[in-house]
Amino acid sequence: MSDITKQSLIELVENIKNKKLSSMDVTKAFIERSEKSKELNAYITEDFTSALDKAKKFDQKPNLDLKLPGIPMAVKDLFCTKDIKTTAGSKILNNFVPTYESTVTENIWKEGAILLGKLNCDEFAMGSSNETSFFGNVQNPIDKDLVPGGSSGGSASAVSGQLTPITIGTDTGGSIRQPASFTGTVGLKPTYGSCSRYGIVAFASSLDQAGPMAQNVKDCALLQEVISTYDSKDSTSIDFKRNQYSKELTNNIKGKKIGIPKEYRVDGMPKEIEDLWQKGIQYVKDCGAETIDISLPHTSYALPTYYIVAPAEASSNLARYDGVKYGFRAKGENLIDMYEKTRSEGFGAEVQRRIMIGTYVLSSGYYDAYYLKAQKVRKLIKNDFDEAYKKVDAILTPSTPSSAFKLGEKTNDPVSMYLNDIFTVPVNLAGLPGISIPAGHDAKGYPLGLQIIGKAFDEQNILNIAYAMEQKINFKNKITDWWIK
Amino acid sequence: MSIDLKTIKHISKLSRISVDEKRAKKLAGDLNSIFDFIEKLNELKTDNVEPLTSIAETTLKLRPDEVKSKNIREQIVKNSPQDNEDYFVVPKVIE
Repeated sequence: MSDITKQSLIELVENIKNKKLSSMDVTKAFIERSEKSKELNAYITEDFTSALDKAKKFDQKPNLDLKLPGIPMAVKDLFCTKDIKTTAGSKILNNFVPTYESTVTENIWKEGAILLGKLNCDEFAMGSSNETSFFGNVQNPIDKDLVPGGSSGGSASAVSGQLTPITIGTDTGGSIRQPASFTGTVGLKPTYGSCSRYGIVAFASSLDQAGPMAQNVKDCALLQEVISTYDSKDSTSIDFKRNQYSKELTNNIKGKKIGIPKEYRVDGMPKEIEDLWQKGIQYVKDCGAETIDISLPHTSYALPTYYIVAPAEASSNLARYDGVKYGFRAKGENLIDMYEKTRSEGFGAEVQRRIMIGTYVLSSGYYDAYYLKAQKVRKLIKNDFDEAYKKVDAILTPSTPSSAFKLGEKTNDPVSMYLNDIFTVPVNLAGLPGISIPAGHDAKGYPLGLQIIGKAFDEQNILNIAYAMEQKINFKNKITDWWIK
Repeated sequence: MSIDLKTIKHISKLSRISVDEKRAKKLAGDLNSIFDFIEKLNELKTDNVEPLTSIAETTLKLRPDEVKSKNIREQIVKNSPQDNEDYFVVPKVIE
């Protein structure tokens, strides 16, 4: 079967359960395609030999009651995987081999999935184009020299290019949804507290969430069902009743009230994004939902707030990289010199920049003016959503203010790079779930995404809306395999 | 507001990241443009707003205070750049 890699996760699971395909067939197919796709630079670490071993073992005694029976998958290199190098895209962790497994990946392996390898990402997930990775930039399967978005750029590229049937990423300010939008794939950022952060390399602890990335909404729902569990090892994990997201998935969204926030119509937004949004509004109406104009008045303050809160938390989280306990160590004349050289040589430019911003806003004399101010505005942003959700069940917006851009186009201007996340950041600040689905193409033929934002813990509802819209949109990703010689 | 080279040197010291002159200049430029962008928050009056300190409005769960990981010394020092089997090794601190 040469078209194995074109199948959806749901189809692969069906075919393995019906014994039309073995885990070995599927694993081999994705490895072969990954081998031919080195130019995408989606992987940091390949684990193909053990993947084949695991597939063989699975086939000898297949447990077909599992949710991901013998399904191979690669994951973002931000999840600690026991005995497999985990770098977070950084030189400072280039030799780090975890002695434990993250809860989210543990959940995946328990359901029968097999690790293919670790996927490229921006260093410590700080970036919107995957260009800050120590292991080089990632190509977007849509077109040569196009960024796949970030920080989960390797993950998005691997799903879109069919090197893995599904994957997981992490999202602190848009790092799942923006790359999903740039690569014509589906990405869900769950409610804060839905997926355990245990064993995920920390960036900004009050914003980070793991989530699924897939070719379609149903695959995404199935993976969310697997990864979302209460975990006592993460003190911010929340014990709520989780749905069987894929089983309960329905395209019946009749009578749902969908909010359209006027503040997301930003200056300089290309007309094609506005047109796409209008089309999205028509789609949800066609599905029997009602749209209501709403206001989220503090939207334009979300990015400035984020660029205080996220770096502040990062500067604190990344203090642990001191060259003593693990990771890279530079030679120094004394202990302090060793710390300073280790961090100067071990971290890339963007990470250093954010540590410095964070250190500054937390430093004596500036804490109230910046950090406390940002915490207050964060409250106002959350209040906006609380107010809106008195009137609506979900909110529909574009995922990004533009389609994917060229490599190097925004690397010299940090602020223009940060503006990529203008529609995704408010969702993290408010701890809400958001999903990006591919909804159309721009004039260049590049994919564009729409975002559905839900109430906290209401993943099922936004998955349903996404599922209903997906059927109306009937999106086809234009993958030409340009990188395969 | 303007972040000068002296401030950059100060932050670099606090961050334990050594920065040479050339890099300090670049960082000053970057940080100034980022802080110009952040200044937008001053448009908002927030005197009577409670800061958001926790996104999830739940109380922390209590658990019994039990040791769950035992005898993992080897695992803990396994990734250290330099160790002496039982300890992390750092450059000499006390002369």
